[in-house]
Amino acid sequence: MNPPPSGGNRPRKASGPGARLSPTARAIRAGDRRVLARLISDVEAREPATRSILEELYPYTGRIPVIGISGPLGVGKSSLVNLLIQHLRGRGKKVGVIAVDPTSPFSGGAVLGDRIRIQRPAEDTGVFLRSMASRGHSGGVSQSTREVIRLLEAFGMDVVLVETVGSGQVDVEIHEIASTRVVVLVPHLGDDVQTMKAGLFEIADVFAVNKADLPGADEAAHHLMELIRTAPAGEKWHPRIVKTSAQIPLGIPELWEVVEAHESYLREGVPGEQARQRRLRQELRDLVTGRFAGELEDAMDRDPALDRLFQKVAEGTLDPYRAADRVYESLRKR
Amino acid sequence: MNPQESVAKPRSRRPIRVLIAKPGLDGHDRGAKVVARALRDAGMEVIYAGLRQTPEDIVEAALEEDVDIIGLSILSGAHMVLLPQVVSLLKKRKAHRIRVFAGGIIPDEDAGRLRRIGIRAIFGPGTSLESIVSTARKIAGSRA
Repeated sequence: MNPPPSGGNRPRKASGPGARLSPTARAIRAGDRRVLARLISDVEAREPATRSILEELYPYTGRIPVIGISGPLGVGKSSLVNLLIQHLRGRGKKVGVIAVDPTSPFSGGAVLGDRIRIQRPAEDTGVFLRSMASRGHSGGVSQSTREVIRLLEAFGMDVVLVETVGSGQVDVEIHEIASTRVVVLVPHLGDDVQTMKAGLFEIADVFAVNKADLPGADEAAHHLMELIRTAPAGEKWHPRIVKTSAQIPLGIPELWEVVEAHESYLREGVPGEQARQRRLRQELRDLVTGRFAGELEDAMDRDPALDRLFQKVAEGTLDPYRAADRVYESLRKR
Repeated sequence: MNPQESVAKPRSRRPIRVLIAKPGLDGHDRGAKVVARALRDAGMEVIYAGLRQTPEDIVEAALEEDVDIIGLSILSGAHMVLLPQVVSLLKKRKAHRIRVFAGGIIPDEDAGRLRRIGIRAIFGPGTSLESIVSTARKIAGSRA
Protein backbone atom coordinates (compact mmCIF):
# COMPACT_ATOMS: atom_id res chain seq x y z
CA MET A 1 0.00 0.00 0.00
CA ASN A 2 2.62 2.52 1.00
CA PRO A 3 5.28 3.19 -1.58
CA PRO A 4 8.70 3.93 -0.12
CA PRO A 5 9.19 7.67 0.36
CA SER A 6 11.93 7.68 -2.23
CA GLY A 7 9.76 5.84 -4.73
CA GLY A 8 8.23 8.93 -6.21
CA ASN A 9 4.69 9.47 -7.30
CA ARG A 10 3.15 6.37 -8.70
CA PRO A 11 1.82 6.34 -12.21
CA ARG A 12 -1.93 6.31 -12.57
CA LYS A 13 -3.86 4.16 -15.00
CA ALA A 14 -2.19 3.80 -18.36
CA SER A 15 -0.34 7.10 -18.27
CA GLY A 16 2.81 5.94 -16.49
CA PRO A 17 6.37 6.36 -17.68
CA GLY A 18 6.62 4.84 -21.09
CA ALA A 19 3.16 5.97 -22.11
CA ARG A 20 3.11 8.40 -25.00
CA LEU A 21 3.81 11.90 -23.87
CA SER A 22 2.56 15.09 -25.46
CA PRO A 23 5.20 17.15 -27.31
CA THR A 24 5.46 19.62 -24.41
CA ALA A 25 5.91 16.92 -21.79
CA ARG A 26 8.47 15.24 -24.03
CA ALA A 27 10.39 18.48 -24.40
CA ILE A 28 10.51 18.87 -20.62
CA ARG A 29 11.77 15.31 -20.21
CA ALA A 30 14.38 16.00 -22.87
CA GLY A 31 15.64 19.03 -20.94
CA ASP A 32 14.42 21.85 -23.21
CA ARG A 33 15.06 25.01 -21.17
CA ARG A 34 12.92 27.27 -23.32
CA VAL A 35 9.90 25.03 -23.06
CA LEU A 36 10.45 24.78 -19.31
CA ALA A 37 10.64 28.57 -18.96
CA ARG A 38 7.42 29.09 -20.93
CA LEU A 39 5.60 26.32 -19.12
CA ILE A 40 6.53 27.79 -15.74
CA SER A 41 4.89 31.07 -16.83
CA ASP A 42 1.75 29.18 -17.86
CA VAL A 43 1.66 27.30 -14.55
CA GLU A 44 2.07 30.56 -12.66
CA ALA A 45 -0.79 32.06 -14.66
CA ARG A 46 -2.88 28.97 -13.77
CA GLU A 47 -3.40 28.34 -17.47
CA PRO A 48 -5.90 25.47 -17.93
CA ALA A 49 -3.79 23.90 -20.68
CA THR A 50 -1.03 23.12 -18.18
CA ARG A 51 -3.23 20.75 -16.28
CA SER A 52 -2.82 17.76 -18.60
CA ILE A 53 0.94 18.29 -18.87
CA LEU A 54 1.26 18.34 -15.09
CA GLU A 55 -0.71 15.11 -14.96
CA GLU A 56 1.54 13.53 -17.56
CA LEU A 57 4.69 14.52 -15.73
CA TYR A 58 3.46 13.61 -12.25
CA PRO A 59 4.78 10.02 -12.38
CA TYR A 60 8.28 11.38 -12.96
CA THR A 61 8.26 13.39 -9.77
CA GLY A 62 8.35 13.08 -6.00
CA ARG A 63 11.80 11.55 -5.66
CA ILE A 64 14.25 14.41 -5.24
CA PRO A 65 15.11 16.48 -2.18
CA VAL A 66 13.32 19.82 -2.04
CA ILE A 67 15.15 22.18 0.27
CA GLY A 68 13.36 25.21 1.66
CA ILE A 69 15.59 28.13 2.57
CA SER A 70 13.77 30.75 4.58
CA GLY A 71 14.40 33.43 7.15
CA PRO A 72 13.87 37.13 7.80
CA LEU A 73 14.89 39.87 5.36
CA GLY A 74 18.58 40.56 5.14
CA VAL A 75 19.95 37.41 6.75
CA GLY A 76 21.78 36.42 3.56
CA LYS A 77 19.54 33.73 2.13
CA SER A 78 20.40 34.45 -1.51
CA SER A 79 24.13 34.48 -0.83
CA LEU A 80 23.79 31.17 0.97
CA VAL A 81 21.78 29.75 -1.91
CA ASN A 82 24.49 30.96 -4.26
CA LEU A 83 27.15 29.03 -2.33
CA LEU A 84 24.93 25.95 -2.05
CA ILE A 85 24.47 25.96 -5.83
CA GLN A 86 28.26 26.08 -6.30
CA HIS A 87 28.75 23.31 -3.76
CA LEU A 88 26.16 21.10 -5.42
CA ARG A 89 27.49 21.82 -8.91
CA GLY A 90 30.94 20.80 -7.62
CA ARG A 91 29.43 17.46 -6.71
CA GLY A 92 27.88 17.05 -10.13
CA LYS A 93 24.31 17.72 -9.01
CA LYS A 94 21.87 19.56 -11.24
CA VAL A 95 20.09 22.25 -9.27
CA GLY A 96 16.73 23.92 -9.73
CA VAL A 97 16.19 27.13 -7.79
CA ILE A 98 12.93 28.93 -7.12
CA ALA A 99 13.24 32.32 -5.44
CA VAL A 100 9.89 33.64 -4.22
CA ASP A 101 9.48 37.31 -3.40
CA PRO A 102 6.35 39.13 -2.33
CA THR A 103 4.00 40.80 -4.76
CA SER A 104 2.95 44.30 -3.78
CA PRO A 105 -0.63 44.16 -2.54
CA PHE A 106 -1.11 47.69 -3.87
CA SER A 107 0.11 47.52 -7.44
CA GLY A 108 0.29 43.77 -8.08
CA GLY A 109 3.88 44.31 -9.18
CA ALA A 110 7.06 42.96 -7.66
CA VAL A 111 10.79 43.47 -7.72
CA LEU A 112 12.54 40.11 -7.74
CA GLY A 113 16.13 40.70 -6.77
CA ASP A 114 17.58 37.33 -5.93
CA ARG A 115 19.52 37.01 -9.15
CA ILE A 116 21.87 39.78 -8.04
CA ARG A 117 23.55 37.50 -5.57
CA ILE A 118 23.38 34.31 -7.54
CA GLN A 119 26.33 34.17 -9.87
CA ARG A 120 26.97 31.38 -12.27
CA PRO A 121 28.38 30.94 -15.74
CA ALA A 122 25.69 31.68 -18.34
CA GLU A 123 26.56 28.47 -20.16
CA ASP A 124 25.99 26.18 -17.13
CA THR A 125 22.90 24.21 -18.02
CA GLY A 126 23.05 22.31 -14.73
CA VAL A 127 21.24 25.16 -12.99
CA PHE A 128 17.80 26.58 -13.64
CA LEU A 129 16.90 29.61 -11.58
CA ARG A 130 13.45 31.12 -11.63
CA SER A 131 12.20 34.16 -9.71
CA MET A 132 8.56 33.97 -8.69
CA ALA A 133 6.31 36.65 -7.30
CA SER A 134 3.82 35.51 -4.68
CA ARG A 135 0.95 37.12 -6.67
CA GLY A 136 -1.27 37.49 -3.67
CA HIS A 137 -3.98 34.89 -3.84
CA SER A 138 -3.64 32.63 -0.83
CA GLY A 139 -2.93 28.99 -1.61
CA GLY A 140 -2.26 29.89 -5.24
CA VAL A 141 1.42 30.53 -4.88
CA SER A 142 1.91 27.37 -2.81
CA GLN A 143 0.31 25.34 -5.56
CA SER A 144 2.31 27.06 -8.31
CA THR A 145 5.47 26.41 -6.31
CA ARG A 146 4.68 22.70 -5.97
CA GLU A 147 4.04 22.51 -9.69
CA VAL A 148 7.20 24.37 -10.65
CA ILE A 149 9.18 22.02 -8.37
CA ARG A 150 7.68 19.08 -10.26
CA LEU A 151 8.51 20.62 -13.62
CA LEU A 152 12.11 21.11 -12.50
CA GLU A 153 12.30 17.49 -11.37
CA ALA A 154 10.75 16.13 -14.56
CA PHE A 155 13.21 18.35 -16.44
CA GLY A 156 16.04 16.44 -14.79
CA MET A 157 17.16 18.39 -11.74
CA ASP A 158 18.61 16.40 -8.83
CA VAL A 159 17.77 18.93 -6.13
CA VAL A 160 15.44 21.92 -5.90
CA LEU A 161 16.13 24.85 -3.59
CA VAL A 162 13.15 27.06 -2.71
CA GLU A 163 14.01 30.43 -1.22
CA THR A 164 11.33 32.48 0.55
CA VAL A 165 11.23 35.47 2.83
CA GLY A 166 10.07 34.00 6.12
CA SER A 167 7.82 36.82 7.15
CA GLY A 168 4.23 35.74 6.75
CA GLN A 169 1.77 32.90 6.60
CA VAL A 170 2.19 32.50 2.84
CA ASP A 171 5.93 32.09 3.33
CA VAL A 172 5.40 29.46 5.99
CA GLU A 173 3.06 27.64 3.60
CA ILE A 174 5.62 27.64 0.83
CA HIS A 175 8.35 26.59 3.21
CA GLU A 176 6.22 23.64 4.30
CA ILE A 177 6.29 22.25 0.77
CA ALA A 178 9.98 21.40 1.17
CA SER A 179 11.20 18.03 2.38
CA THR A 180 13.97 19.66 4.40
CA ARG A 181 13.37 23.11 5.83
CA VAL A 182 16.36 25.30 6.51
CA VAL A 183 15.79 28.47 8.50
CA VAL A 184 18.51 31.09 8.16
CA LEU A 185 19.22 33.43 11.05
CA VAL A 186 21.99 35.84 11.97
CA PRO A 187 23.56 36.87 15.28
CA HIS A 188 21.71 39.52 17.31
CA LEU A 189 18.36 38.88 15.72
CA GLY A 190 16.94 38.85 19.23
CA ASP A 191 13.25 39.51 19.19
CA ASP A 192 12.78 38.21 15.69
CA VAL A 193 13.73 34.78 16.90
CA GLN A 194 11.07 35.10 19.54
CA THR A 195 8.37 35.86 17.02
CA MET A 196 9.51 33.04 14.82
CA LYS A 197 8.91 30.54 17.56
CA ALA A 198 5.31 30.36 16.47
CA GLY A 199 5.99 30.10 12.77
CA LEU A 200 9.01 29.09 10.81
CA PHE A 201 10.81 28.05 13.95
CA GLU A 202 8.46 25.15 14.53
CA ILE A 203 9.01 23.57 11.16
CA ALA A 204 12.78 24.00 10.89
CA ASP A 205 14.83 20.85 10.38
CA VAL A 206 18.06 22.78 10.13
CA PHE A 207 19.10 26.20 11.39
CA ALA A 208 21.85 28.07 9.59
CA VAL A 209 23.37 30.78 11.77
CA ASN A 210 24.63 32.88 8.91
CA LYS A 211 27.14 35.74 8.94
CA ALA A 212 29.00 33.65 11.49
CA ASP A 213 32.05 35.81 10.83
CA LEU A 214 30.31 38.52 12.87
CA PRO A 215 30.56 38.58 16.66
CA GLY A 216 27.69 36.95 18.50
CA ALA A 217 27.38 33.86 16.30
CA ASP A 218 28.25 31.47 19.12
CA GLU A 219 25.71 33.09 21.42
CA ALA A 220 23.05 32.89 18.74
CA ALA A 221 23.81 29.21 18.16
CA HIS A 222 23.68 28.58 21.91
CA HIS A 223 20.41 30.41 22.24
CA LEU A 224 18.93 28.29 19.46
CA MET A 225 20.27 25.13 21.06
CA GLU A 226 18.39 25.97 24.21
CA LEU A 227 15.16 26.62 22.33
CA ILE A 228 15.52 23.33 20.53
CA ARG A 229 16.10 21.51 23.78
CA THR A 230 12.70 22.65 24.97
CA ALA A 231 11.06 21.11 21.89
CA PRO A 232 8.50 18.39 22.55
CA ALA A 233 9.99 14.99 23.31
CA GLY A 234 9.28 12.06 21.04
CA GLU A 235 10.51 13.69 17.86
CA LYS A 236 13.25 11.54 16.42
CA TRP A 237 14.84 14.33 14.41
CA HIS A 238 16.32 17.10 16.47
CA PRO A 239 16.83 20.30 14.49
CA ARG A 240 20.51 20.78 13.79
CA ILE A 241 22.42 24.03 13.90
CA VAL A 242 25.18 24.96 11.45
CA LYS A 243 27.23 28.14 11.47
CA THR A 244 27.69 29.57 7.99
CA SER A 245 29.18 32.60 6.32
CA ALA A 246 29.09 33.70 2.72
CA GLN A 247 31.92 36.14 3.42
CA ILE A 248 34.69 33.73 4.39
CA PRO A 249 32.98 31.38 3.14
CA LEU A 250 32.29 28.97 5.97
CA GLY A 251 30.10 25.99 6.77
CA ILE A 252 28.62 25.28 3.34
CA PRO A 253 29.72 21.62 3.05
CA GLU A 254 28.65 21.14 6.67
CA LEU A 255 25.25 22.66 5.95
CA TRP A 256 24.73 20.34 3.01
CA GLU A 257 25.86 17.34 5.09
CA VAL A 258 23.20 18.10 7.68
CA VAL A 259 20.56 18.56 4.96
CA GLU A 260 21.53 15.18 3.53
CA ALA A 261 21.40 13.60 6.98
CA HIS A 262 17.83 14.84 7.27
CA GLU A 263 16.96 13.57 3.80
CA SER A 264 18.28 10.10 4.62
CA TYR A 265 16.41 10.20 7.92
CA LEU A 266 13.26 10.84 5.86
CA ARG A 267 14.05 8.02 3.47
CA GLU A 268 14.58 5.54 6.27
CA GLY A 269 11.04 5.16 7.40
CA VAL A 270 7.85 6.19 9.03
CA PRO A 271 8.38 9.91 9.73
CA GLY A 272 9.43 10.58 6.15
CA GLU A 273 6.45 8.71 4.76
CA GLN A 274 4.14 10.52 7.15
CA ALA A 275 5.56 13.88 6.09
CA ARG A 276 5.15 12.97 2.43
CA GLN A 277 1.54 11.98 2.95
CA ARG A 278 0.87 15.14 4.95
CA ARG A 279 2.22 17.26 2.13
CA LEU A 280 0.07 15.50 -0.45
CA ARG A 281 -3.04 15.87 1.69
CA GLN A 282 -2.33 19.58 2.06
CA GLU A 283 -1.89 19.89 -1.68
CA LEU A 284 -5.20 18.22 -2.37
CA ARG A 285 -6.87 20.60 0.08
CA ASP A 286 -5.24 23.57 -1.65
CA LEU A 287 -6.37 22.34 -5.07
CA VAL A 288 -9.96 21.97 -3.97
CA THR A 289 -10.14 25.27 -2.08
CA GLY A 290 -8.50 26.91 -5.08
CA ARG A 291 -11.32 25.63 -7.27
CA PHE A 292 -13.94 26.97 -4.88
CA ALA A 293 -12.19 30.33 -4.72
CA GLY A 294 -12.09 30.42 -8.53
CA GLU A 295 -15.78 29.69 -8.71
CA LEU A 296 -16.52 32.47 -6.29
CA GLU A 297 -14.50 34.95 -8.34
CA ASP A 298 -16.23 33.76 -11.50
CA ALA A 299 -19.65 34.05 -9.98
CA MET A 300 -18.89 37.57 -8.79
CA ASP A 301 -17.79 38.54 -12.28
CA ARG A 302 -20.91 37.15 -13.91
CA ASP A 303 -23.64 37.73 -11.40
CA PRO A 304 -24.46 41.35 -10.63
CA ALA A 305 -26.70 40.24 -7.76
CA LEU A 306 -23.65 38.97 -5.88
CA ASP A 307 -21.85 42.16 -6.54
CA ARG A 308 -24.81 44.06 -5.07
CA LEU A 309 -24.49 42.02 -1.87
CA PHE A 310 -20.89 43.15 -1.54
CA GLN A 311 -22.00 46.68 -2.23
CA LYS A 312 -24.65 46.53 0.49
CA VAL A 313 -22.10 45.37 3.03
CA ALA A 314 -19.77 48.15 1.98
CA GLU A 315 -22.58 50.70 2.39
CA GLY A 316 -23.53 49.28 5.77
CA THR A 317 -27.08 48.24 4.81
CA LEU A 318 -26.35 44.52 5.26
CA ASP A 319 -24.15 42.76 7.78
CA PRO A 320 -21.34 40.57 6.40
CA TYR A 321 -22.64 37.40 8.07
CA ARG A 322 -25.99 37.41 6.33
CA ALA A 323 -24.35 38.50 3.10
CA ALA A 324 -21.95 35.55 3.32
CA ASP A 325 -24.92 33.20 3.84
CA ARG A 326 -26.55 34.47 0.69
CA VAL A 327 -23.39 34.29 -1.40
CA TYR A 328 -22.79 30.76 -0.13
CA GLU A 329 -26.33 29.64 -0.88
CA SER A 330 -26.19 31.13 -4.34
CA LEU A 331 -22.93 29.29 -5.10
CA ARG A 332 -24.36 25.99 -3.88
CA LYS A 333 -27.30 26.33 -6.23
CA ARG A 334 -25.08 26.53 -9.28
CA MET B 1 -19.36 24.50 -14.39
CA ASN B 2 -16.57 23.33 -16.63
CA PRO B 3 -13.49 23.19 -14.42
CA GLN B 4 -11.30 24.18 -17.33
CA GLU B 5 -13.19 27.43 -17.61
CA SER B 6 -12.85 28.54 -14.05
CA VAL B 7 -9.30 29.80 -14.45
CA ALA B 8 -9.47 30.75 -18.10
CA LYS B 9 -9.77 34.48 -17.66
CA PRO B 10 -6.80 36.58 -18.64
CA ARG B 11 -7.28 39.19 -15.91
CA SER B 12 -4.07 40.26 -14.18
CA ARG B 13 -2.88 36.70 -13.78
CA ARG B 14 -0.08 37.27 -16.23
CA PRO B 15 1.68 40.46 -15.32
CA ILE B 16 4.26 41.89 -17.71
CA ARG B 17 7.68 40.54 -16.74
CA VAL B 18 10.73 42.74 -17.23
CA LEU B 19 14.41 41.99 -16.73
CA ILE B 20 16.38 45.04 -15.69
CA ALA B 21 20.13 44.69 -16.03
CA LYS B 22 23.27 46.73 -16.38
CA PRO B 23 25.62 45.44 -19.02
CA GLY B 24 29.28 46.39 -18.83
CA LEU B 25 31.42 47.85 -16.15
CA ASP B 26 29.95 51.10 -14.89
CA GLY B 27 28.74 50.88 -11.33
CA HIS B 28 25.90 53.38 -11.24
CA ASP B 29 22.62 51.58 -10.83
CA ARG B 30 20.47 54.26 -9.26
CA GLY B 31 18.65 54.94 -12.52
CA ALA B 32 18.07 51.24 -13.10
CA LYS B 33 16.63 50.89 -9.60
CA VAL B 34 14.33 53.88 -10.00
CA VAL B 35 13.00 52.44 -13.25
CA ALA B 36 12.60 48.98 -11.66
CA ARG B 37 10.54 50.50 -8.92
CA ALA B 38 8.36 52.51 -11.27
CA LEU B 39 7.61 49.40 -13.31
CA ARG B 40 6.77 47.49 -10.13
CA ASP B 41 4.42 50.26 -9.08
CA ALA B 42 2.77 49.93 -12.48
CA GLY B 43 2.01 46.29 -11.67
CA MET B 44 4.86 44.59 -13.50
CA GLU B 45 7.13 41.85 -12.22
CA VAL B 46 10.65 43.16 -12.42
CA ILE B 47 13.59 40.79 -12.23
CA TYR B 48 16.50 42.90 -11.15
CA ALA B 49 19.75 41.29 -12.31
CA GLY B 50 22.07 44.06 -11.18
CA LEU B 51 25.49 45.22 -12.21
CA ARG B 52 28.22 44.02 -14.54
CA GLN B 53 26.23 41.58 -16.60
CA THR B 54 27.61 40.22 -19.85
CA PRO B 55 25.25 40.11 -22.84
CA GLU B 56 25.27 36.30 -22.46
CA ASP B 57 24.23 36.56 -18.78
CA ILE B 58 21.44 38.94 -19.72
CA VAL B 59 20.01 36.84 -22.52
CA GLU B 60 20.19 33.60 -20.52
CA ALA B 61 18.45 35.25 -17.56
CA ALA B 62 15.77 36.69 -19.85
CA LEU B 63 15.06 33.28 -21.36
CA GLU B 64 15.07 31.50 -18.01
CA GLU B 65 12.73 34.08 -16.49
CA ASP B 66 10.57 34.14 -19.62
CA VAL B 67 10.36 37.92 -19.64
CA ASP B 68 8.49 40.09 -22.12
CA ILE B 69 11.00 42.92 -22.01
CA ILE B 70 14.66 43.49 -21.25
CA GLY B 71 15.51 46.95 -19.94
CA LEU B 72 19.20 47.82 -20.11
CA SER B 73 20.82 50.71 -18.32
CA ILE B 74 24.19 51.76 -19.59
CA LEU B 75 26.30 54.80 -18.74
CA SER B 76 29.77 53.60 -19.63
CA GLY B 77 29.77 54.58 -23.30
CA ALA B 78 30.00 50.95 -24.41
CA HIS B 79 26.40 50.92 -25.66
CA MET B 80 27.33 50.56 -29.34
CA VAL B 81 29.15 47.34 -28.49
CA LEU B 82 27.03 45.77 -25.77
CA LEU B 83 23.50 46.57 -26.91
CA PRO B 84 23.93 45.14 -30.42
CA GLN B 85 25.41 42.03 -28.79
CA VAL B 86 22.28 41.55 -26.70
CA VAL B 87 20.09 42.01 -29.78
CA SER B 88 22.09 39.58 -31.88
CA LEU B 89 22.18 36.97 -29.09
CA LEU B 90 18.40 37.21 -28.83
CA LYS B 91 18.18 36.67 -32.58
CA LYS B 92 20.55 33.75 -32.38
CA ARG B 93 18.41 32.17 -29.68
CA LYS B 94 15.28 32.86 -31.77
CA ALA B 95 13.90 35.05 -29.02
CA HIS B 96 12.76 38.01 -31.13
CA ARG B 97 9.61 38.14 -29.07
CA ILE B 98 11.57 39.59 -26.17
CA ARG B 99 11.60 43.38 -26.62
CA VAL B 100 14.54 45.50 -25.55
CA PHE B 101 14.67 49.07 -24.29
CA ALA B 102 17.68 50.98 -23.11
CA GLY B 103 18.37 53.94 -20.89
CA GLY B 104 21.42 55.99 -20.06
CA ILE B 105 23.77 58.40 -21.75
CA ILE B 106 23.27 57.60 -25.40
CA PRO B 107 23.95 60.29 -28.06
CA ASP B 108 21.19 60.89 -30.61
CA GLU B 109 23.10 59.55 -33.60
CA ASP B 110 23.77 56.30 -31.71
CA ALA B 111 20.15 56.11 -30.60
CA GLY B 112 19.03 56.17 -34.22
CA ARG B 113 21.34 53.32 -35.11
CA LEU B 114 20.28 51.31 -32.06
CA ARG B 115 16.63 51.74 -33.00
CA ARG B 116 17.39 50.48 -36.47
CA ILE B 117 18.92 47.24 -35.14
CA GLY B 118 15.82 46.61 -33.02
CA ILE B 119 16.11 48.40 -29.69
CA ARG B 120 12.49 49.42 -29.21
CA ALA B 121 12.98 52.53 -27.11
CA ILE B 122 15.82 54.62 -25.78
CA PHE B 123 15.40 56.78 -22.70
CA GLY B 124 17.83 59.59 -22.16
CA PRO B 125 18.35 61.58 -18.95
CA GLY B 126 15.22 63.45 -17.92
CA THR B 127 12.75 60.97 -19.40
CA SER B 128 9.73 60.83 -17.12
CA LEU B 129 8.89 57.59 -15.34
CA GLU B 130 5.35 57.84 -16.72
CA SER B 131 6.66 57.78 -20.24
CA ILE B 132 8.93 54.80 -19.47
CA VAL B 133 6.00 52.90 -17.96
CA SER B 134 3.66 53.62 -20.84
CA THR B 135 6.31 52.76 -23.42
CA ALA B 136 7.04 49.49 -21.58
CA ARG B 137 3.34 48.65 -21.66
CA LYS B 138 3.11 49.46 -25.33
CA ILE B 139 6.10 47.38 -26.41
CA ALA B 140 5.07 44.45 -24.21
CA GLY B 141 1.64 44.58 -25.82
CA SER B 142 3.21 44.30 -29.24
CA ARG B 143 4.78 40.99 -28.25
CA ALA B 144 3.84 38.44 -30.87
